[in-house]
This record gives sequence, C-alpha cells and structure tokens, in this order.
Amino acid sequence: MPDPSQAPLPEGLVAFLKRGCPTCELVVPVLAELGAGPGITLYTQDDPEFPDGLEALDETELARSWHHSIEAVPTLLRIEDGKETARTLGWHRGDWEELSGMAGLGAGLPDWRPGCGSLSVDPTREPELRQRFEGGALRSRRVELAALEDEQEAIFERGWTDGLPVVPPTEARVMAMLEGTSRRPDELVAIVPPDLAQGTIEKIAINAVMAGCKPEYLPIVLAAVEAVCNDTFNMHGVQATTMGCTPLIVVNGPIRRAVGMNSGVAVLSPGNRANSTIGRALQLVIRNIGGSRPGGIDRSTFGHPGKLGMCFAEDEEASPWQPLSTDLGVAAGTNAVTVFACEGPRLIVDQLSREPDSLVRSLAACLKATHHPKLGVALSALLVIGPEHGRVFREAGWSKAKLEQELAQALLLRGGDVMRGAGGIAEGLPLPPGAEEAQLPKFRPGALPIVFAGSGAGLFSTVFGGWLTGPEGSQPVTQEIKP
Amino acid sequence: MTGSRVLLDPTDERSPSIRERAPRLGSLDGRTIGLLDISKPRGDVFLDRLEEGLRKSGARILRYKKPTFTKPAPVDLRHEIAVHCDAAVEALAD
Repeated sequence: MPDPSQAPLPEGLVAFLKRGCPTCELVVPVLAELGAGPGITLYTQDDPEFPDGLEALDETELARSWHHSIEAVPTLLRIEDGKETARTLGWHRGDWEELSGMAGLGAGLPDWRPGCGSLSVDPTREPELRQRFEGGALRSRRVELAALEDEQEAIFERGWTDGLPVVPPTEARVMAMLEGTSRRPDELVAIVPPDLAQGTIEKIAINAVMAGCKPEYLPIVLAAVEAVCNDTFNMHGVQATTMGCTPLIVVNGPIRRAVGMNSGVAVLSPGNRANSTIGRALQLVIRNIGGSRPGGIDRSTFGHPGKLGMCFAEDEEASPWQPLSTDLGVAAGTNAVTVFACEGPRLIVDQLSREPDSLVRSLAACLKATHHPKLGVALSALLVIGPEHGRVFREAGWSKAKLEQELAQALLLRGGDVMRGAGGIAEGLPLPPGAEEAQLPKFRPGALPIVFAGSGAGLFSTVFGGWLTGPEGSQPVTQEIKP
Repeated sequence: MTGSRVLLDPTDERSPSIRERAPRLGSLDGRTIGLLDISKPRGDVFLDRLEEGLRKSGARILRYKKPTFTKPAPVDLRHEIAVHCDAAVEALAD
C-alpha cells in the first residue's frame, strides 16, 4: 500500500507536473502566480527543466507520486502540519482558487481542462514501481536464476509445479496479485496440511501467480484455502487417502459474474481462466506450502486428473432453488466458496423422464452406483442438476427440500441386497443376519449436496462421488469470501 | 539482479530435520510394546494375533486406537504412546 510517510512533502502548496501534458503547459502562468504569491513547490515527473523559468524538483524517481497516490497531472495539493488537507486534479479555476486562497488565477485561461495520467500509474511502469516502493514488504526467499537457466526448467527442477508450466512468480507479478486483496501480505490465512505450514497471504499469492490467476481471483483462492485447512474438511486425510479424492470448489455470489466464471455450457471443462486457475491455485498451495506430493503424503491408488484443479460456479440465475452456499448457512447474495472432497464427475443420462417422480428414481438409480452399489451410509456425493433436468422439477413445483426428501426415499438400500455376500459379491455393508429387510440410507442427511449448473441443452445431470463423510471423514465447508 | 530472473519461493521454506532412530530393543522381555489400531476394518484381528506372539516373548502390551484412520493421531495419543512404550507397532490399512 502507498505510504505517504515514506516520502514527506513540504508545507504549503505542492504541484505534480510533467512536460508531456498539455494541461501542465497551460497552467505554467498560474504556477508562476502562485510562486510569486503564497509560494509553491513543483515536482516534475519527466523533465526537471520544466516548467521553463520556474524552479522545479526532480520527481523522475516517482517516489512521492507513488506514495501520495498521484493519479493525474497537474495535481495541486495543500500540505498542513505534514498532512494533506486538500487536493485537486487537472485545471479547474474555482478549485485552484479555493485551494490556494488566491483569487483571479489564470486570467485568459479556460475555466476547466482535464489533466493527463500520472507517470506513476502508467501501466507500463506500475509493476516495476510497485516492486521498488512496496516490494520490501515481501518476506519470501528470493531465488535468483543463473544466466543460462531457463525459467520454466528451473521451476520444474525445483518441484514447484503440478507437471504443467506455470507463470514464473516474479516479485512484480506477486505485488500485482496482492492488489487483489486488502489483506496484508504477512496475514496468516491457514495452517496448511500435511506439513502444517504457514499459509500467509503472500505465499498463497505466489502460488496464485503460478497457477495463472488474475488479482481479482485472489479473494476466492484465499477463501478456498481457508475452507480446506481445518478438521471439518480434513485436507490431510483427503490428500493421503488411497481413494484419490480431491477438493472441488463451488463458487456462489456476485463475484462469480464479476470475475467471469463459467456456470453454463461445458461448465466442468478447462478453458475458462477463472474456473481453471482458481482450482489450480488451491492445488499448488497444498503442494508447495503444505508439502504434499504424489507418492509422498498423497498415497492415492490411481490419483485423479482433477488434482490439477476442480472449480466451477453455480448458475444461480437459472436455478429454481437457492444456492448451495445458502443451503450451508451463508446468506443469499454473499460471495462464498464451498469445498467438497470428491472423485471426478460422472454423467447421469435420462432423456425420457418428463415427470419428477420418474426423474428422481432415475437419478437415485445412478447415484446408488457411486463407489459401489452395495456400499453406502458413510459415503457422500455431490449432485449437479443440469438445466433441462432442473426444468422438470421447476415445472412440477418441487423445492430443493422436496427433491432431497424424495431422493433420500429412493436411495434407501435394502439390507438383503447390500449385505456382504449378497448377490454372490463379497463386498457390501457389514450387516448382521436377519437384517435383510432393514432400510439403510445410501447417503446420510446432508451428505448429498445439490448444485445447479450446465448448459441449457442436454437432459443430463452429473454426480461427483465423494468420500467418507461425517466427523470421521470429510464434510463440505462453506467459507465467505472476504475482500 | 533483474526482476524477471528472480523468483519468489512458493514453498514454506522449511528444510526437514533428520532425527536419529531410537535404539533397537535387544530383547522384548519385560518391555512395553504399544499396539496402535488406526480404526481400519480388521486392524484388531491383526493386532490380536500380534499381541499373542509378543506376550509369548515376555512383552507387556498396551493397546491404543485412533478415533479415525482418516486423520493424524491426536497429539495427546502420540504423547501417551511415547511416554508409556518402549516400542510401538501400527496396523495400517485393511
């Protein structure tokens, strides 16, 4: 953050100028009037010889411009007791007269002219300036590459990537990323498993740069990191399990649209930058800060392509129901992420059901097959209802609660069908003899969250098979996104 | 150093410390052995058999159980095993 105390200004009137600005040229006679009157200190950003005939100080380093957040030239300031008490941008006779206390300024000049951009906010210079004036705030180790070292190869060799190239995390890029949050770089966001390492804003921002995030995605990434790093989500177990599940991030609230997330056609595909890089940033955080590697703490039998990152937005506008985040306790319209530990997505095809009773039985039949048709009770799944399936429920007036209730009923397992050995299959639930007619839930209450997303064409839904749920496994966590 | 050739370290910057293994037990006779069940199915079957064999060798046995196999052992449990046992055996997987 700019810090005025880093570059104090003299008392009285102060102006910032540059030679290349026509409005600065225009106000030279006014500056002379002020110089002869109350006195004024001039700072010129490009050429200290400007204005001709007036004494100006060299501001080519732009430190004052940076720390005093000068956005345009000319900018006229009044400094009293070391503090700025007034500011005006461009030339406006009334403002200049009021600020200087001098009447009749700039006779013959037009009343008003806008100024030009300050060199300190020039997009081609801003990253370098931010690094120069604010980079000292970053504490991470600097890794200098040798002259003949290729940046990407150097990063691969250090084991910092997921196997794909990353954006090299230079100080300038990390500083730009930190502009995405109002939180301080040294603020601790979470203790990151499995190494229980300190996940600071700065360290997470470095990994967000590498993942390819824009600064405006950073608050979503921070919320996702916070959401997985706790006993409820159990990131350590999720990462270590042989079953190979990984966090899926579902984003709710206006921020989805603000950062351009996809919730519609091909919602689960790579290609949308926000969806792809937010999910990837979380994975890089777990890898680089948390220290998890495949074959290390990650013991998954097959792994999971979604360990590159899984993130999408709910289509709240088209949904007949309240968003997932609201189901889990966050007020509607609030930006939030929900994390859910799961396998990859699997399509549910039903192109014929036009009545909700048929469709719910159809969905349940497919959901029963997650993990194993004879296993249930302790496992979870996340159901993504597609718009064409959603329409069937909407037209029938089914609330989400009604759908959940009907699904739970259709998902009851008959003991005799799922007990160990039944159907000639050793795998199954450990039920005592005589439990043939027992009714068991495929999923416990709350272990089948429902999200609405996808394109308007296709009578499909999608299921993400979950993992062990409840206190002994992983439970979904919803985290509000802070600016 | 130019900006683009200097990267910020994305890791937690810790280097693992290497610790010596505890000395091997010369004999099990009179020693206390902790058996840790991680709550995977049939871990108890394995540890029951192990206990039988160890008792025959004169070892004193203490049994422990993690609340769930999906999470690291609670710190209190780890401390208790370390304080009370000369060695420990953990039954992993099912």
